[in-house]
Amino acid sequence: MKLCTILTSAAALMALSGAAVSAQTLEEVRERGYLNCGVSPGVAGFSNPDDAGNWSGFDVEVCRAVAAAVLEDPDAVRYTPLSNTERFTALQSGEIDMLSRTTTRTLNRDTALGLNFAPVMFYDGQGFMVRDSMDVDSVSQLNGATVCVSAGSTTELNLADYFEANGMTYNPVRFDRADEVLAAYDANRCDVYTSDRSGLAARRLVMSDPSEHVMLPETISKEPLAPAVRHGDDQWFDIVTWTVYALIEAEEFGITQDNIDEMLASENPNITRMLGGEGSPVGEWIGLDNQWVYRAISSVGNYGEIFERHVGPDTPLQIERGMNALHTDGGLQYAMPFK
Amino acid sequence: MPVSRDLGPMAPPRTPFWTRSRIRSALIQVGFVALLALLIQFLLANTMANLDRQGIASGFGFLENRAGFDIAIRFSPFERNDTYLQALWTAVANTVVLAVLGIGLASLIGLVIGLARVSPNWLISRLAAVYIEIFRNIPLLLQLFFWYFAILRPLPGPRQSIEIGGGAFLSNRGLYLPKPLLDSGAQLTLVAFATGLIFALTMAHFARRHRAATGHSRPVLQWWIIGLVALPLATWFATNASMALSVPALEGFNFQGGMVILPEMLAALLGLSFYIAAAVGEIVRAGIEGVDHGQTEAAQALGHSRGQIMRLVVIPQALRIIIPPLTTQYQSLAKNTSLASAIAFPEIISIVAGTTMTQTGQALETIALAMAFYLTVSLLIAAIMNFFNWRVTRRSF
Ligand SMILES: N[C@@H](CCC(=O)N[C@@H](CS)C(=O)NCC(=O)O)C(=O)O
Repeated sequence: MKLCTILTSAAALMALSGAAVSAQTLEEVRERGYLNCGVSPGVAGFSNPDDAGNWSGFDVEVCRAVAAAVLEDPDAVRYTPLSNTERFTALQSGEIDMLSRTTTRTLNRDTALGLNFAPVMFYDGQGFMVRDSMDVDSVSQLNGATVCVSAGSTTELNLADYFEANGMTYNPVRFDRADEVLAAYDANRCDVYTSDRSGLAARRLVMSDPSEHVMLPETISKEPLAPAVRHGDDQWFDIVTWTVYALIEAEEFGITQDNIDEMLASENPNITRMLGGEGSPVGEWIGLDNQWVYRAISSVGNYGEIFERHVGPDTPLQIERGMNALHTDGGLQYAMPFK
Repeated sequence: MPVSRDLGPMAPPRTPFWTRSRIRSALIQVGFVALLALLIQFLLANTMANLDRQGIASGFGFLENRAGFDIAIRFSPFERNDTYLQALWTAVANTVVLAVLGIGLASLIGLVIGLARVSPNWLISRLAAVYIEIFRNIPLLLQLFFWYFAILRPLPGPRQSIEIGGGAFLSNRGLYLPKPLLDSGAQLTLVAFATGLIFALTMAHFARRHRAATGHSRPVLQWWIIGLVALPLATWFATNASMALSVPALEGFNFQGGMVILPEMLAALLGLSFYIAAAVGEIVRAGIEGVDHGQTEAAQALGHSRGQIMRLVVIPQALRIIIPPLTTQYQSLAKNTSLASAIAFPEIISIVAGTTMTQTGQALETIALAMAFYLTVSLLIAAIMNFFNWRVTRRSF
C-alpha cells in the first residue's frame, strides 16, 4: 500500500538525516547476525514467501548466497518485500543491506540514485501480454490500447518511449504494486499488460485463467536485472559482486551443490583456489575467511542449478536459458576469473 | 495565566530578574526556539553530508527535466515530453479536483443521511444508521478497492459496451459521453447566461430587501426572463453561434471522441464521498439534535410547517454546531485522496511521491513537495471553513 511508501520514505528521511549511514556494512551485518535483503513482494519463481513465511526464488538465492558467504548461514536473512517505488529509498537509507529484486541496471540508478550494481543475474527485456481472444499478434497493432503498468519502473518509461517512437497512442493505468496491476488486467481494465518478460511469465501463473493470455513476440527494451548495494562501501560491493560471479563460475567449472566436496580435491588449481583449498588467498583478498565461496555454492548451488530450480523449463515459469546461458554456450553469463 | 508574584502592597523582597515569571517564560521560549533551530540545522547538515557521501543527487533541479511518462487522467494539460514540474502541476490539479468534487458529494450525501437519521420515520432512520455504521467502520482503502472492482467486474469490455442512449456508452473502460464543441459565440453565450443569472439574483435580492423594509413586494419575474432567456438568446444570434457534438464511437480498442469518466476517477470519487459522508451524516445529526427542542416547539406554535421549521429555524442554528467538526472531515477527505493512488488515480502520491520519486531517486525533495501540498490544502480548507463559521456565528437570528 501507499502507506508503506510513505512510512519507508519517512524512515528514509529519518535515516538520511540522522546518524551517518554506515560505510561498514560487513561489520554491521556480522554484529546484527543476519542480512537485511530487499526483495519483490511475491513474484512466483523470483521471490515468494510460502505459507510459513519462508522466502524462496531466484532473487532470494542471491541473498542466501551472500548470507552463507558472510555469516556462514544461508538462513540468516531477513527479507523486506519492497514495491518498485519503495526499493531505492530503502537501500539508500540503510534499511536494507542489499537489493535483490528484478531491478534493471540503468545509468540513472547507477549514478544519481547512488547505487552500485552487482553482475547481472538475469538478462531480460520488456514484453507485452494480451488476451488470446483479441487476435493481436504484434505490438504494432496496439495503437489506442489501454495498458496496465507498474509505477516507478523502467517499464512505464520504455512504454512511453516506444509508443512515441512508433507514432502510436495508448492509455496508461498505473499502479504502485505489481499485484494491483495484475488484478486490474485480470478484471479486464486493460487490453495489455506490460512488464519484464520474466515478470509476465510469473504473473501469468496467478491469473484466473493463464491459458487465456498470450505473450507478444516483440521485446522492446534491455532489462539487465541485477542486485544492488549503496555507494560508499567498496568492500561490501565486492562481496556481493563476487558472490554472484562465484555462482556463475561454479557452473562453468561444473561445480554443483552435490559434487562440491569432490571438487575440493580437483586436479584443476583454478577450482581448488576458488573453493579455498590449501594456500588459497580468496578469503584474504576480500576480507572473509577462505571458505566463503565454498559456502555460497554449497548452500544454493551454481547459477545453472538456481535457474533450473526456480525459473527454468521444468518450472511453471518455463523460461529458456537464452541470453542467460553461459558464454561457453553462446549466452551472456560470464564470470570474471577468480585469480 | 501565571499569577505575577511581585505585585500588590505586600510585595516580597526583590528577587533576581530571571525568576520573574514573565521574563522566565520568555527566556525558556527563546531557548526552546534556539534549540529547535540547532536541531533542524544539525539534521539538515547531516542529511546533506549523507547524500553527498553516497553520491545521491539533491536539490530541485530535476523538476526541469523531461518526465517521459504519461498520465491518463489530467485536469491540466500534460504530455510525456513535459517536465516533472508540469507533472507536479497536473498531480496538484487532479488532487484538487478530486477533493473538491468529493467534498461536494460527501456533503450532499451526508446531509441526506443526517436528515434521515433524525427522521421520525423508524425505517428511514434505521437505514441511515446502518449506512453510517457500515461506511464509517470499514477502512477506506478497502472501500476504494470495493468500488473499483465493483465498477470493473460487472461491466462489459468496450466492444460490448452498454449503450445508454443519447450517444453515451458504459463499459469497464469508463463512461463515454458526447462532448459539446462550442465555438466562440457559444462560449460567449455561456458567459451571457452566467451574467444574466447574477443579474437576476441581484434584482431578486433587492426586491426581498425592499419587501423586508416596506412590506410591499415587487415583481421579479421579468428580471429572470431577461437574465436567463433574453440575454443568452440575443448573444447566441448576435454572434451567429453554433454548437456541434463530438459523439464517442468505437474505433479499434476503444471509443474515440466525446469525453470520458474513467473508472479510477469514478471509484475514487465514490469511495471518498461515501466514506466521509458517513461522518458528515453524524455531524449533521448531532447539529440538529443540538438545537434546543424548545425552538422547534416555538416554531410549531407559530404555525410553521415541518419543512419551514427545518429550513428557517433548526438548520441555521445547527450550522454553528456543524461547521467546526465538518472542517476536520473535509481535511480528512483532502488528505485521503492519497489512498486513491492504490486504484491508479494519478494524484500527488502516485505522480510525485511515486513515479517522480523513483525515476529521479530524490526521495527527500519529492516527499517534501507532497507534504507541502497537503499542508497547504489543509490550511486552505481550514481558512475557508473558518470564514464560513465566522459568517454563521456573526449572523443573529
Ligand atoms: N525491471 C523494471 C521493472 C521491475 C518490476 O516491475 N518488477 C515486477 C515484476 S514484473 C515486480 O517485481 N513487482 C513487484 C511488486 O512491485 O509488487 C525496473 O527495474 O524498473
